[in-house]
Amino acid sequence: MKKLLKIYLTTIFLTLSTHNITYSAGENYPLLKQDWSFKSFFGTFDRASLQRGYQVYTEVCASCHSLKYVSYRNLAEKGGPEFSIEQAKAIASNFEVTDGPNNDGEMFTRPAKLSDKFVMPYANDQEAKLSNGGAYPPDMSVLVKARAGGADYIYSVILGYEDPPEGMKLDDGVYYNKYMYGNKIKMPPQLYDDLVTYADGTPATPEQMAKDITTFLAWTAEPKLEERHKFGFRAIIYLVILTILVYFSMKRIWSRIETKV
Amino acid sequence: MSSHEYTPSSKFGKWFNDRLPLLTLANHLTDYPTPKNLNYWWTFGGILTFCLITQIITGLVLAMHYIAHADLAFGSVEHIMRDVNYGWLIRYVHANGASMFFLAVYIHIFRALYYGSYKSPREIIWIIGMLIYFLMMATAFLGYVLPWGQMSFWGATVITNLFSAIPLVGESITHWLWGGYSVDNPTLTRFFSLHYLFPFLILGLVILHIWALHVPGNNNPIGIDIKKPSNDTVPFHPYIVIKDIFALLIFLIIFAFFVFFSPNILGHSDNYIEANPLVTPAHIVPEWYLLPFYAILRSIPDKLLGVIAMFAAIFVLVILPWLDTSKVRSALFRPIYKQFYWFLVADVLILGYMGAMPAEGVYLLIARVATAYYFIHFLVILPILGRKERTLNVPLSITEPVLGGMPNPSMAKAKGDKVKINSLG
Amino acid sequence: MSDSEKKKPNRRDFILTATTAAGAVGVGAAVWPLIDQMNPDASVKALASTEVDISSVQPGQSITVLWRGKPVFIKHRTPEEIEEARKVDLKELKHPEKDEDRAKKPEWLVTLGICTHLGCVPLTNKGDYEGGWFCPCHGSHYDTSGRIRSGPAPTNLEIPEYTFVDINTIKIG
Repeated sequence: MKKLLKIYLTTIFLTLSTHNITYSAGENYPLLKQDWSFKSFFGTFDRASLQRGYQVYTEVCASCHSLKYVSYRNLAEKGGPEFSIEQAKAIASNFEVTDGPNNDGEMFTRPAKLSDKFVMPYANDQEAKLSNGGAYPPDMSVLVKARAGGADYIYSVILGYEDPPEGMKLDDGVYYNKYMYGNKIKMPPQLYDDLVTYADGTPATPEQMAKDITTFLAWTAEPKLEERHKFGFRAIIYLVILTILVYFSMKRIWSRIETKV
Repeated sequence: MSSHEYTPSSKFGKWFNDRLPLLTLANHLTDYPTPKNLNYWWTFGGILTFCLITQIITGLVLAMHYIAHADLAFGSVEHIMRDVNYGWLIRYVHANGASMFFLAVYIHIFRALYYGSYKSPREIIWIIGMLIYFLMMATAFLGYVLPWGQMSFWGATVITNLFSAIPLVGESITHWLWGGYSVDNPTLTRFFSLHYLFPFLILGLVILHIWALHVPGNNNPIGIDIKKPSNDTVPFHPYIVIKDIFALLIFLIIFAFFVFFSPNILGHSDNYIEANPLVTPAHIVPEWYLLPFYAILRSIPDKLLGVIAMFAAIFVLVILPWLDTSKVRSALFRPIYKQFYWFLVADVLILGYMGAMPAEGVYLLIARVATAYYFIHFLVILPILGRKERTLNVPLSITEPVLGGMPNPSMAKAKGDKVKINSLG
Repeated sequence: MSDSEKKKPNRRDFILTATTAAGAVGVGAAVWPLIDQMNPDASVKALASTEVDISSVQPGQSITVLWRGKPVFIKHRTPEEIEEARKVDLKELKHPEKDEDRAKKPEWLVTLGICTHLGCVPLTNKGDYEGGWFCPCHGSHYDTSGRIRSGPAPTNLEIPEYTFVDINTIKIG
């Protein structure tokens, strides 16, 4: 048994260690590690942080970055920011979506509904590029899962702006970022003290805002995380119990043979 | 196959069985005499059957929601993850299931290598097994393309470009595979179709694999031929069934940890970026289970020869029953082979590691040495070793492990190899 | 173990039974997600309501709108049609329902456009009843209140959930 387990774990360790190796051009700094509430086995999202993170997204990021796979209804769903249905409806109604065609064959705009996806800042990728000096601001729906360092990476990049090292020449519209792949980023630094005013009175330091927006993006990337953790915990408890039962059943059944021999 | 004729007890059963001998088959499967000393490495056959069925069922379900279209595929996967009831669970089981399937198949293959299960009279089982393995790799590759992320797209591009190495017709073949001049929507739709088809081919081959297994019966840790049924065997049901279930549950616990607590650790983060034909990711890495072959491919500086080497790496496995000339099956009685076996295991792991590393400098050098050793092991060491090696005495039966010795009840349990070696003295 | 086997023969049965039962529960729990995934998903459920502008529908006219993938008839009834629907003796009806119970505002009739027989879409202003519906599949006739009057359909046209948001807008669902 023990041996089997050991071999299993070694195999898994070996397969893992051959994988998930991240590379980067330029200088490689260890990411700023945060103690994310959603990382552990029982991890859940910090509800207040998600709501603040939503505020940072709308007030800071949303002008360039889309969240095209997220719907307004998600804001009121379990395991998310858990705004009330009324709050989520009110949020949605702030946005205009194009609908139609109507009976006259024309497209029209109407306030967004819960069932609508988050309204995108640009009509298409080309427009997004044009408005941002050729750099396409990526959709942020699954961004946390799309970067090797995950939440820590996003958090680090948001806070990673520094003066370039001596001798490094940067083009116009390019910024030095300690943690960005290749250390060059086209997004200007975004966060400064009191950029947003949190309704719950939390001081809006860049670190706080970075933490909140990262938490929010971790949720948009993995909205079923809490359900998954809960389900997984139960599944594993069940499997362990069943394994023990099967183990004793096996001993019983095999004892028939051993007594015969 | 089974040594006695089976007659159903009920009248209807007999009537039915005379027309379609399903009951005879069921009886054969439950009574199937199995060596009683099989250790836990033999439970992976059952685990693999479970993996295949799980992949087929979850895949069937995912196909109800997935849209095979270049513009919609990525979004439909997100739809599965966000909106479909338990969609996240089903997708994560399917995605991690592929990795678990390969983990199990590698253990299964290396078990066969250790205990000489590929040797006469089991060559056909082995060859069918290799066909299954090859189809599994193809299926996994096709499936990895479907989410239409960056790794999907560029993985598809790189792998299909392998065929462009073929002289004269290479380019035509790649265009034929793509249905265009690059990987695009026609490629995706045909990959989806084939990804749906292949598992059923695998299923058919698995049935043949088991059929072929039931002709000579299982090999066993001692690697000797045993009389069936005899004191050395137990009926498959319930003895082996319950043991397989126990091992499967341990396997499932590990599986569950991946699915529920780190579902993306075996995948590549770039695959959560939608496919973009204009931007290649910094490092294209296949899924972990293909890395050793990827390392072999890259360690050869010539395009065509690299592709040939990669396919040859699988082909040497197919002809292994004739490369290994030793009459003794189990490595327990082949002290020198046993050492080379572990060298091979290390070699494959090193190849896997190098497959994940950039192909340059010292990594490339190590990959080349490891590639060379891989072929030397099969093509040089095994044929020579079979003739030169002095093997240990092989027992006559499981219950009488030492020539002329007394039956040893503790052997029947077959706790592990160590016990056996010690008691063999 | 061989000793305890003789002493407590029931314990073996208990363990095997418990194991089987626990296994069956697990299989059941694992099968449920595979079944539930075919139920309407969250995005479909979110689309449950549709708002319709009815300002341009003249008396006597009828429009068909799509709600949850199904046709909904919105009929602006004339006073004569309303009177016609209300004077019918309930005893004559196969599925007796008062017209007052079928229309929140008498001049607007909102029904699902699906024949209760086998799901075809009936034709508006066709059939034996002036201003009613006729299903071409198997010949069911509905009156101006959408009630079944003759033919194989067992019940009246179904009335969906709806509310008047304002004088010109109906919200279905």
